[in-house]
Amino acid sequence: MATLAHIPTAREKGLVSCRRCTRVWPIAQSVCPRCDASLISRDKHSLSRVWAWWMAGVLFYIPANLYPMLTTKTLLYTSEATIVGGAVELIHHGSVGIALIILIASVLIPVAKFFSIAYLALSVRRGDPSTSHSRHLLYEMVEYVGRWSMIDVFVVAILSSLVQLSVAASITPGLASLSFALSVIFTMLSAQAFDSRMLWDRIDPDHTARDNVPQVESTP
Amino acid sequence: MTGPAAVPVEDLETLIACPQCDALYHAHAPAKGETAKCLRCHTVLISPKNRAGMTIIMLSIAIMVLILGALWFPFLQISQSGFRNSASLVDAALAFSDGPLVVLSITVLALIVLIPLLRVMLLLYVLWPVVFDRPPADHARAAFRWSETLRPWSMAEIFALGCAVSLVKVANLARIDFGPAFWMFASVVVIIVIQDRFMCRWSVWNSIDPRHSR
Repeated sequence: MATLAHIPTAREKGLVSCRRCTRVWPIAQSVCPRCDASLISRDKHSLSRVWAWWMAGVLFYIPANLYPMLTTKTLLYTSEATIVGGAVELIHHGSVGIALIILIASVLIPVAKFFSIAYLALSVRRGDPSTSHSRHLLYEMVEYVGRWSMIDVFVVAILSSLVQLSVAASITPGLASLSFALSVIFTMLSAQAFDSRMLWDRIDPDHTARDNVPQVESTP
Repeated sequence: MTGPAAVPVEDLETLIACPQCDALYHAHAPAKGETAKCLRCHTVLISPKNRAGMTIIMLSIAIMVLILGALWFPFLQISQSGFRNSASLVDAALAFSDGPLVVLSITVLALIVLIPLLRVMLLLYVLWPVVFDRPPADHARAAFRWSETLRPWSMAEIFALGCAVSLVKVANLARIDFGPAFWMFASVVVIIVIQDRFMCRWSVWNSIDPRHSR
């Protein structure tokens, strides 16, 4: 039975692992013979790609909040709503639950993602190895939750195609929908560029070279 | 940098490394229905299922038929004071039709229709020969690699939740009804989730490994 502290990494054993098909090769191998993916033990340029996409994501998130997400025209009024403005309007109409979904998906999650990715990228250099576990969990959450921010873009798409009732009511998309979609996509690319294996690298890898490689354990 | 290689090169085939945290293990296929997870970060490494290949193929065909069908039927219908309108999936995707928003139309169409459809076709291409005991298809490895790359970009389930949100958003503006395509699309979402549970990437890569092929 292996304890968590003593599981060696492929890198510590002088091997390189394929992130696509999990096969392991000698560290000099550059392309995985099984799945043709390129092999990199630790991607040195990973962090600069993370930061580049991150910056693009943050930049596009600003106009996404300033411009209107959609314009509603009815017989009586014309209103333009930003992301936050639309949610506030929903609360006034009593749909608190839906307003919360929108606020969580379009404000809380994107902002939390910006901070999380920045924290993870910074933690690679000076992170405490004992926090690897929680940092990895944070990374998985960022990866899993990030896509759900697209929901507001889809809502705008559905509403603007559906609500076309000539003079009675019509909804048209605003410029914010484009910059918001781009912000979500760039942030997803930023998270994908991050090489999570770096979170587990120990400061002194030498002592782990002696550790035994455990068997995989399976549970029903 | 690295310690001495304690593992002889000829044994590499029996090893497996966690793609998320690089932890190294001796691999052996668990019994069908069991799951092997990384002890450190709990990423699922191996999870073979009974008759998984055939199940995935059948679910893939179902997804393909349902997505193609959902394109033609009305998705949502709206009515208010005598005015009626219905929107199909394609209408929703093409809602951003003016100026720079066209880019968004193409993106939305790709995320909710093209990418889910493409993934299913790639999977069929990869798994069909494997399940029917033929040698792996040419470019099967590239096809499976693409299908895996596209996985986070297939957003059908997010679109389905978007429908529910839209419904409430315009509830006070007009009456909305679900069209047949909505129910087809909702079942696609459920089937995609089930299909993903049957998928053991380790087994697929093994089955299309060029050095294992007959």
